[in-house]
Amino acid sequence: MSITTVFESVLAALVLGLALWTIAVRETYSATVGFVAYGLMVALIWVGLDAIDVALTEAAIGGGLGGIVLLGAAARLRDTESTAAETPNRMVRLGAAALSAAIAAALAIAILLLPDAAPTLAPAAVANAAATGLANPVTNVLMAFRGMDTALEKVVLLLAIVGVWSLASDQAWGGRPGPHHEADPNGVLAFLARLLPPVGIVIGVYILWTGADHPGGAFQGGAVLASMWLLVIMAGLADTPPASSRRLRLVLVAGPGLFFLVGLGGLCFGAAFLAYPIAHAKPLILGIETAMLLTIAATLALLLAGAPERSVPR
Amino acid sequence: MSYAGDIVTIASVSAGAFFFLAGTVGLLRFPDTLTRLHALTKADNLGLGFVVLGLLPQAASLRDGLKLISIWLLALLAGATVSQLIARSARQGGPAR
Repeated sequence: MSITTVFESVLAALVLGLALWTIAVRETYSATVGFVAYGLMVALIWVGLDAIDVALTEAAIGGGLGGIVLLGAAARLRDTESTAAETPNRMVRLGAAALSAAIAAALAIAILLLPDAAPTLAPAAVANAAATGLANPVTNVLMAFRGMDTALEKVVLLLAIVGVWSLASDQAWGGRPGPHHEADPNGVLAFLARLLPPVGIVIGVYILWTGADHPGGAFQGGAVLASMWLLVIMAGLADTPPASSRRLRLVLVAGPGLFFLVGLGGLCFGAAFLAYPIAHAKPLILGIETAMLLTIAATLALLLAGAPERSVPR
Repeated sequence: MSYAGDIVTIASVSAGAFFFLAGTVGLLRFPDTLTRLHALTKADNLGLGFVVLGLLPQAASLRDGLKLISIWLLALLAGATVSQLIARSARQGGPAR
């Protein structure tokens, strides 16, 4: 048994243990911490499978931003948890357990029944990399070969932010999302919020730029930018923009908007919807990705900031 | 040259692993939040520092080496800030949020 096998076995056992613990533990807060650790371990597994793009996304979303969303939810639920005496009865709990076990079993069977050489389009994706001028096959698939999926995924992000904003009360509609954060302006958090964002912004843009030829891309870079913005907001150095802000809304639709604009251009001047002219494929893709970087950063940060809570004086 | 580099790597990464182990034992065994934080930050700062030091001879290029060092510096910055924040909220006796 080689050292890699030992490492992988330990990692798999750790992930399974963390998953069980996250489900079994009673306090919401502990379950959230377990889930964040679980996300980071799953990211390590993706690294082991040479899927660095997926690992980056899993670490940023599953471990990072998703963890913050759940922590915020846990903090809000803390007050209600002790008063909620009502627990689901035995039948409901047994039913939920049976349903979950059936889904897990079905997934396990599906994976075990896969043909030995799983059907894959990976060689085709690598072979046609020259068509776009980008060397990272993942970016090629996301932005060119299956560009439609990515464009619609960005629309889903937009729908998610509309859903979060819809939770606002009538008075706060169009106001600033989330509570106002007050922190000591000379404190540690404000210090970090001044020191880290320049570094984080460079890293976020670098991840986007390097995504053309190496693992990385708009989503991972956007997650880094979003966390930098949130850090500044939490330290009280900046406030969230009001949801009615025209500039903010422009940024929110910039990514999918430009994507569809280029797609329609392909329909008018090229072969099909989202067909890039070969000569300009790379600049077009990088342009869309830059717009998407801003959209993703703004959307993720605002998803975490929550529904508008404070009305703006008009 | 690469032989000496390998020796540095083995010694240094082992030292890093030792500090992580000691830090984890401290995290589990120490009685209160402040001493546990002390154990944790030692593991992060020194353990990660030694691991990065040990990986430097294996770095393919100067750029990779600089990336490793900046990862360590960023972890130092984040660890120092977060431990300050946790310690402050622990001393005020409020909930850790």
